[in-house]
Amino acid sequence: MATTIPQTETTQPSATDLSARFPGIVSADTRPGFKGWIVPKQNLLEVATVIRDELGYDLLSTVTGVDYFPDNKMEVVYHAYKTTGGPGLEFKVQVPREDPVEVPSLIDIWPGVDFQEREAWDLLGIRFTGHPDLRRILMWEGFHGHPLRKDWKEGFYEEEFKPFKSRWPSGQFYMAEDKNPYHDNLGFPPNFDPEKYIPEGDALVYGSLTRYSVKNEEGLSTDHIIVNMGPQHPSTHGVFRAALMLDGETIMSLKPVIGYLHRNHEKIGERNTFLLNMPYTDRLDYFNSMANNFGYALAVEKLMNIPVAERADYIRVIMAELTRVQNHIVFIGNLLNDLGAMYTPALYAFEERELILDIFEAVSGARMMCNYFRFGGVVRDVPDDVMQKIKDLVYERLPARTEEMDRFLTENEVLVSRLKGVHVIDGETAVKYSVTGPLLRAAGVPYDIRRADPYSIYDRFEFDVAMRTNGDLYDNYLIRLDEIWQSLRILQQAIKQIPKGPINSQKPQYQVRVPAGEAYGRIESPKGELGFYVISNGKPNPWRYHVRAPSFVNITPLEKICVGNKIADFVALFGVIDVVMGELDR
Amino acid sequence: MYGKGILKGLSVTWKRFWNTYLDDIAWLLRGKKRYYTEEGIKHRSSKDQRGIFTIQYPEERLITPEEARYVPFLVYDEKPDGTREQRCTSCGICAKVCPPQCIWIVRSNDPNTGRPIPEPTEFYIDVDICMNCGFCAEYCPFDAIIMDHDFELASYGRSVYNMEKLLKPASYYKSIRPQQYERNEAERKAKEAAKAAKAAGAPAAPAT
Repeated sequence: MATTIPQTETTQPSATDLSARFPGIVSADTRPGFKGWIVPKQNLLEVATVIRDELGYDLLSTVTGVDYFPDNKMEVVYHAYKTTGGPGLEFKVQVPREDPVEVPSLIDIWPGVDFQEREAWDLLGIRFTGHPDLRRILMWEGFHGHPLRKDWKEGFYEEEFKPFKSRWPSGQFYMAEDKNPYHDNLGFPPNFDPEKYIPEGDALVYGSLTRYSVKNEEGLSTDHIIVNMGPQHPSTHGVFRAALMLDGETIMSLKPVIGYLHRNHEKIGERNTFLLNMPYTDRLDYFNSMANNFGYALAVEKLMNIPVAERADYIRVIMAELTRVQNHIVFIGNLLNDLGAMYTPALYAFEERELILDIFEAVSGARMMCNYFRFGGVVRDVPDDVMQKIKDLVYERLPARTEEMDRFLTENEVLVSRLKGVHVIDGETAVKYSVTGPLLRAAGVPYDIRRADPYSIYDRFEFDVAMRTNGDLYDNYLIRLDEIWQSLRILQQAIKQIPKGPINSQKPQYQVRVPAGEAYGRIESPKGELGFYVISNGKPNPWRYHVRAPSFVNITPLEKICVGNKIADFVALFGVIDVVMGELDR
Repeated sequence: MYGKGILKGLSVTWKRFWNTYLDDIAWLLRGKKRYYTEEGIKHRSSKDQRGIFTIQYPEERLITPEEARYVPFLVYDEKPDGTREQRCTSCGICAKVCPPQCIWIVRSNDPNTGRPIPEPTEFYIDVDICMNCGFCAEYCPFDAIIMDHDFELASYGRSVYNMEKLLKPASYYKSIRPQQYERNEAERKAKEAAKAAKAAGAPAAPAT
């Protein structure tokens, strides 16, 4: 991959020199703009064990497949972090791009790679040997091909990259389906007849559930019962389906089935130029579009190596924290909805959300799809009257209403008896399964990226990392309240400190120049670690664009969480993970 | 005491219920209308709101902030003699920066001179695809494309807006976004003044 921009920084992880620990085996990635360590695939398990046990990187954050089509190789990129904080360690495996592409699975070392490896298999066709349940996860079982490969073309394929020349200057309008009728533009596997096809996906899902069959004392044989929850179920926050194996009312085994809202966000992102991708990130976690913008902007700014305007940094923090307050209030409302306290808490929560969205609309123009961040700053300044509104909310309304929420729910005996003692996950398991966000902190691991690996200007604010120790539903509820209070603290400081000045360090331009290289930008989104892994090859479009979605990774231990609990609690246990389908299915 | 928490919670709902009526009475005593007036709506969506929060759409509407954006429209200036002058020069930046690529622009050449006409011959926006991101308006160098405030776009068929549907006068632009309009006009005047000063000050400068 060619680069025109000289290498700006060569930040090898200085504390941990893997090539010294494994001389002759592990080598540093020397491509300009790239960092991390290249591990041969036959040594991957050995090196990964050392990284976890000796070097202490206990949280494996991402597994990303990359297709280097012209170089005829494929790469799997891993980012590992310490829950005690500090920068991460990046290591990669490179394999030739020929059938089959095989990489050993890390599932025995970090069980949290489960879904991410399935995703890489599904979208890129990287086979992880040793993975016990390597099925497709986002696409359906009968899907032909691996869509994120660079030589895979979608239906209604127009051009490799945007902008399309057909729009300008040749500008002839047509409807996509008129030009590309259905049958001309779909690839089927050889010998495939859609008329005779019987989907095998369901059989595979049910087959992956652990079966059981026992005889009781009287010799009566009891059998399993399979219950499908969703995809059209009011409690699943969208189109989520779980196949559950029940013994009476107790959950014995569970497999989530996702991908109903899949749109291959990452392929779209690779077609887009860097800037065009910004509004698409809004659609990931559509409750927290400001947070998504934040993560993506950080990743691309890292790649471009540009500073952020001082005032813009404060505006970003204010927006991100307002988003967090809004998300957590709505979470509490929805959790109560899931528990059967229909509508009243949820609608009380939505009042505060509406007022916060009013602010977003006044600054960015849209309530939910904000598209507010630009590389180097934000799109427009916060006017004084809006700043006054933010102050009113942060100093008067939100503290009063959070306090009211607390009074309204926390001691309610019905709520307490439903939530207290229903175990979700313990800290050790949560770390193993790469769980991040409030779910991890409620289990007694005070891991918050704002403190552990501060980004933007979070190191300037005084706040505490909220933590609860029991890891049950009640703690998961309480930690949201705690985090609202901490967010309000940050907001109050940010409003006081915000300076006057420009809101973007760059000139507004519609075509940004991004030097070749890779960057992983991550933030503490309200749901957990939201990361964007971007590779540029110096062209206007990203070569690889990967989203490490907290919702997606956090449901990895769903089976672990639910097994042994009653099916009636499934709704609450699933709700407490706080998933949003736009981000889960991408 | 068992049940204390429930009673505490119920007091919150009870308070909210009565607050609606208390506020109604307070507004009545002050001789103001709380419903169906701009003042009332503003109060009910402010930090001081208590009790009922609902805005009775479509009889009442939330106050739209100036920055609100829905689908874009094209601006034309009305000349004193009644002719329309389009601001768009079909430079294509909006089409290039459109994330879902929903803008189509047709350019054509003058049949007499053979040179391109700046005004677009056709301009389509596929509103079904438009994601209302506002990039086109943000990066348009001539303020020719502006995001509209009209959000009631439901229709029975596909909505592909052509030029006839897209063109709206500058006075409409001024009415929905007064502050932005003033800013743009000031910028434009400054630019024209600079141009005029340059032309007057350095007439011998080589044309670029």
